[in-house]
Amino acid sequence: MRNIFKISTFLILLVFSKAYAAENNAKLLKTDWTFKGLFGKFDRGSLQRGYQVYTEVCASCHSMKYLTYRNLAEKGGPEFSEAEAKAIAANFEVTDGPDSTGEMFTRPAKLSDKFVMPYANDEEAKSANGGAYPPDMSVLVKARKGGADYIYSLLLGYEDPPSDVKLDDGVYYNKFMYGNKIKMPAPLSDDLIEYSDGTKATKEQMSKDVVNFLMWSAEPHLEQRHKTGFRVIAYLIILTVLVYFSMKKIWSRVESKV
Amino acid sequence: MSDHEYTPSSKFGKWFNDRLPLLSLANHLTDYPTPKNLNYWWTFGGILTFCLITQIVTGLVLAMHYIAHVDHAFSSVEHIMRDVNYGWLLRYVHANGASMFFLAVYIHIFRALFYGSYKAPREIIWIIGIIIYLLMMAAAFMGYVLPWGQMSFWGATVITNLFSAIPLVGESITTWLWGGYSVDNPTLTRFFTLHYLIPFLILGLVVLHIWALHVPGNNNPVGIDIKKPSKDTVPFHPYIVIKDAFALLMFLILFAMFVFYSPNVLGHADNYIEANPLVTPAHIVPEWYLLPFYAILRSVPDKLMGVIAMLSAILILAALPWLDTSKVRSAVFRPLYKQFYWILVLDVLVLGYVGAMPAEGLYLLIARIGTVYYFAHFLIILPVLGLKEKTLPLPLSISEPILGGSPNLAAARNKEEKIN
Amino acid sequence: MSDNNDKKKTERRDFLFTATAAAGAVGVGAAIWPVVDQMNPDASVKALASTEVDISSVQPGQSLTVLWRGKPVFIKRRTDEEIQKAREVSLNELKDPQKDEDRVQKPEWLVMLGVCTHLGCVPLTDKGDYNGWFCPCHGSHYDTSGRIRKGPAPTNMEVPKYEFVNANTIKIG
Repeated sequence: MRNIFKISTFLILLVFSKAYAAENNAKLLKTDWTFKGLFGKFDRGSLQRGYQVYTEVCASCHSMKYLTYRNLAEKGGPEFSEAEAKAIAANFEVTDGPDSTGEMFTRPAKLSDKFVMPYANDEEAKSANGGAYPPDMSVLVKARKGGADYIYSLLLGYEDPPSDVKLDDGVYYNKFMYGNKIKMPAPLSDDLIEYSDGTKATKEQMSKDVVNFLMWSAEPHLEQRHKTGFRVIAYLIILTVLVYFSMKKIWSRVESKV
Repeated sequence: MSDHEYTPSSKFGKWFNDRLPLLSLANHLTDYPTPKNLNYWWTFGGILTFCLITQIVTGLVLAMHYIAHVDHAFSSVEHIMRDVNYGWLLRYVHANGASMFFLAVYIHIFRALFYGSYKAPREIIWIIGIIIYLLMMAAAFMGYVLPWGQMSFWGATVITNLFSAIPLVGESITTWLWGGYSVDNPTLTRFFTLHYLIPFLILGLVVLHIWALHVPGNNNPVGIDIKKPSKDTVPFHPYIVIKDAFALLMFLILFAMFVFYSPNVLGHADNYIEANPLVTPAHIVPEWYLLPFYAILRSVPDKLMGVIAMLSAILILAALPWLDTSKVRSAVFRPLYKQFYWILVLDVLVLGYVGAMPAEGLYLLIARIGTVYYFAHFLIILPVLGLKEKTLPLPLSISEPILGGSPNLAAARNKEEKIN
Repeated sequence: MSDNNDKKKTERRDFLFTATAAAGAVGVGAAIWPVVDQMNPDASVKALASTEVDISSVQPGQSLTVLWRGKPVFIKRRTDEEIQKAREVSLNELKDPQKDEDRVQKPEWLVMLGVCTHLGCVPLTDKGDYNGWFCPCHGSHYDTSGRIRKGPAPTNMEVPKYEFVNANTIKIG
């Protein structure tokens, strides 16, 4: 009986591991993310550069509707100075109103304003992009299986299609995309932008920076979470030890072992 | 409830207690004689109480910021995550808390299965437990709809469509559930209301669950009846309280690791995409704790039969006290049942795994075998086993491991008398 | 000797229990804080804490009411006569003595929260016995400096933190 049990367990595990291996055919590219691990933090310089990549490259199609300009100056994020964040915001025009005469008017954005969206609505976004909707990027990293690694791989995963794959106009080949067909042309190329801090803008560097930025935008309290988490777990371990010895003490009154 | 009369020492205490015997209740709870051989699998009752309270408290404060409207639900959750003070913490505790709740409840249920805690005289405790479990599933399902992500929307669509399998009135029932012709704003607002209500129903049932427990007292790993209070028992406070606290803290460390270091690992990435009635995600998967039942549902090719099979898989548990014909409670003394028990555990794990996989090919075959085995365990193996199995001799009491005991104290005594 | 040992044992045990209970209590307290703090103003509310107002179109004698933190702010461009009246009152006539000079940055512009200090109603402009503000709820009269002169309100209307960004713009908050 016991043997039957063991053999069946082994067989089932074997089947599952095979199935699992078959599923992940394209292995995601990895890079050294600073936000991982027990004390993981964001690289400020990378977040600031990532913001630059976002505004200069992605923002023409992709919105980030849950972010506000004040976030750029908040702790745990790119941590631009408040003056810098204000200057960034002032570059954008937002519609406000109605004024005292009932008219809507435009004014430069303030820190409390949400990131200005490239399109007025989803339909406009779709028609401007050949029917494909460029997804909002506020929580994009959390909305894709594989997270930061997946987006990073996707940005670097463009290549010429294999000879047996025929692509329609406006469709590109990407080895990490689900089904390998993507409607977004390769967005990054070496020296596409000029980093204000002098970092060389290679494709890999830009991908890493923008994914760092997207990770932060999806999880703005990540640093606080890691910090609090470490304290909470350390506290719980100490209390567990104390309670353990108290329990031993109390149960020593009766002969039964705990 | 209490076996002995309790008189408060202070005059005011006595005055109060005569009018509302809260102090008697507190005294009963602290003195409650508990078998001293309870192992750590018995600490999950306390852990579950903690989970319920955590879910109610965090849920209450999340509801202060959440907006139950299709246009605002998703963004109000993002608002909680970004702007509300500690909002990220409260939401992650609530979301992972649901998973931890189910983890604890499954351990609790499988503990009862192993030690035969559902058998006489504890059938009512068991059945109340099954009702609590059903309500937990309803609450968890409706809670998952509230963030209004893609999985929320399509999960709600798929589950509510189960009711359309009912002949004749099915369509009208789904329309009634939705308050429209698809899952939409009326569905969301009513799910929110019910999600808010159900935990309090659970709380009430938990009181009944514990009340029903305190009538016969706890089962124990040996599974024999014990005299209370006796040298086989310890008072609930401080012995069981401190032991429960220790186990709870271990559980909390695991809980904290999820909340602080992988808060989204138990969720599904698609639920961070706002609900879109025009696009269905590639794989619709329920939360992990519903997967075994999802596998059973999909393993039956007929829509109506699939729904019936899934519901029966849960409801069959309520009949368990009568399906298991063995007089011996604990699997410790049932060598055959012990084997079948572990096969059932494995079967449920396998069903859970294939529930997460596409319903095709090998997975479907495994799911079908798993489903058949699941029902066979309860409907064939257990009744037959109770009649055929040769059980090991039981000890007479916990502290005196003399053989010759029986799960029924009276029977044991009779035997003793006969021998004398 | 054995008595002494027993005593020591009891003390150590008591210390262990006290330390455990204290550590537990600290944890419970720390866990309650997020549940309490979530009701405080959140980051998006705090971000709206300042507002800029264009005052170029306000003529002498007119006033403007704007919303700031969910409350009305009165911005009154006072006439010379009103300024004079506010300044010639002697301080001992006042219930809440405060010089008009201390309530304004530029004498022409009076900026204050349009909330009666009695129970929070919004007073009516250019009404009451002192031609300043009058609260219809319980009959409080304010003068042209927004100071309480008659009625149940205990203090003058509050002056918020504000600054002139330029000649035509006031930033409140």
